[in-house]
Amino acid sequence: MNDLIPLLPKLWQASYETLYIVGLSLIFGGLGGLILGLGLYTTRSNSLFSNRPVFGVLNVLVNVFRPIPFIIFLAAAQPLARFVTGTGIGNTAIIFTLSLAAAFGISRIVEQNLLTVQPGVIEAARSVGASRSRIMLTLLIPEALGPLILGYTFIVVALVDMSAVAGYVGGGGLGTFAIQYGYRQFHPVVTWAAVLVIIVIVQLVQFLGNYLARKALRR
Amino acid sequence: MPLISLRDVTKSYPPSSRGGAVVHAVQGLNLDIEAGDIYGIIGYSGAGKSTLVRLINALEDATSGSILVDGDEVTRMKESELRRLRLGIGMIFQQFNLFNSKTVAGNVAYPLEVAKTPRADIAPRVAELLDFVGLSDKARNYPEQLSGGQKQRVGIARALATSPRILLADEATSALDPETTHEVLELLKRVNTEFGVTIVVITHEMDVIQTLATKVAVMDGGRIVEQGDVFDVFSKPTEASSQRFVSTVVRGVPSDAELVALRQRHPGRIVTLSFRDGNTSQGAVFSDLAQAGVAFELIYGGINDIRGRVFGHLTLALTGYADAVDRALATIATKVDVTEAPSHE
Repeated sequence: MNDLIPLLPKLWQASYETLYIVGLSLIFGGLGGLILGLGLYTTRSNSLFSNRPVFGVLNVLVNVFRPIPFIIFLAAAQPLARFVTGTGIGNTAIIFTLSLAAAFGISRIVEQNLLTVQPGVIEAARSVGASRSRIMLTLLIPEALGPLILGYTFIVVALVDMSAVAGYVGGGGLGTFAIQYGYRQFHPVVTWAAVLVIIVIVQLVQFLGNYLARKALRR
Repeated sequence: MPLISLRDVTKSYPPSSRGGAVVHAVQGLNLDIEAGDIYGIIGYSGAGKSTLVRLINALEDATSGSILVDGDEVTRMKESELRRLRLGIGMIFQQFNLFNSKTVAGNVAYPLEVAKTPRADIAPRVAELLDFVGLSDKARNYPEQLSGGQKQRVGIARALATSPRILLADEATSALDPETTHEVLELLKRVNTEFGVTIVVITHEMDVIQTLATKVAVMDGGRIVEQGDVFDVFSKPTEASSQRFVSTVVRGVPSDAELVALRQRHPGRIVTLSFRDGNTSQGAVFSDLAQAGVAFELIYGGINDIRGRVFGHLTLALTGYADAVDRALATIATKVDVTEAPSHE
């Protein structure tokens, strides 16, 4: 315990940084994943913008990038991060790479949840003369909102997990804190404190997600 | 000029698997539907009914042929023109297809929003429609809180929102119980009489045609095999495939399997008499049989009423001297249609 108390300010700082990294990655990656997922859904056969070649390209793209272990992806994408954000290290670099990786994962979750919308509902909207883009924006997303919220909640938890390796490129957060002050200094209590904070964050996120999804589904 | 006119329309789907056969859902189809008609299209599952109805509002595009709606060629329309066309054609579905994320009022308002109706006009129009279908008190409810019949009434209100001239009903009552079916059919009748909406009804249920339709077409294998006045088609189908279908939905004609069972109980001659429209009284036929010395027993039968016109089929087992039976059958054959069941081997 005595090891931990002087480190508390650093723990709070690390918690803040984790929330910062996860929050921004969720915004950028979430948006990118939504667009990519809508692309996957709408270009598959018998969908709104059926387009075999485009679907094929998107599908392969997602399949190529999604399974790469994040810590390797982080290293591999460093030149790209440097090119886009101007830096290959620190929180900015990790947010960029995390958003990119998350977008591919989120796209599948979005695609799967949109597939739960009954095709008949889309047909009904087409039958009243709604344009395809109107259907996509005003109907498809609201109809799948409940499961989408749960999908995004799942992703936030995954982002917390992935953000823990930020230290490898000089980023901060609870992962860096736990390794630097806990593991390397032989202070398991410090590591466990970081674990505890992560558990609290994950619980709160899941609680919020469940609540919002319940509201969207009205049950 | 008919309101809807299909000429030599074909719809083919590419093979579902590599090397499979092309599927012709609709082929060489001709159909005219006049304004004000309630036109029933009936047939087995897979006959092409659902495809046919979707060709009219271009949810499916025809492979070849011409489709005129109100004089406009649908097959050559651009996407924006199709959207305008669809504002004039309402559609209701077997599974209702309501928007679960919207309230009842929101569902009915959606087509109005699509049609860019001024905001201030939407609420009164929605209220008017919900009043018409008798669901004013459910405006703020969500679809999952409604019964099947109520859902379909919301579907009807939504389909009528933009005051279309045509309503397409795709198996609209097939998921409903008989009583609710009756309510929905009555509502559709009012849509036709009060608003003059032309209705195209796809169904495999005889009752729907019987209570609702003014004209009917029988579909089989992507073609219309018979069409015309409902009474004529059902009381006396002329084509073999429509006879086969009609016999499955019209009460009173024994199926082949039932005939085998009847044969076991009645070894004599079995004939089915078809009465139409009260032009021959049953009494006259029965007294002919009695006068010829032929005893008969009624073993199967049914009477159908289509909008006040009656037809029926009665199957009799005859016993008597062979020549007396022949003479009696010759006499009654001048009065009613007589079909003799093949004798047992």
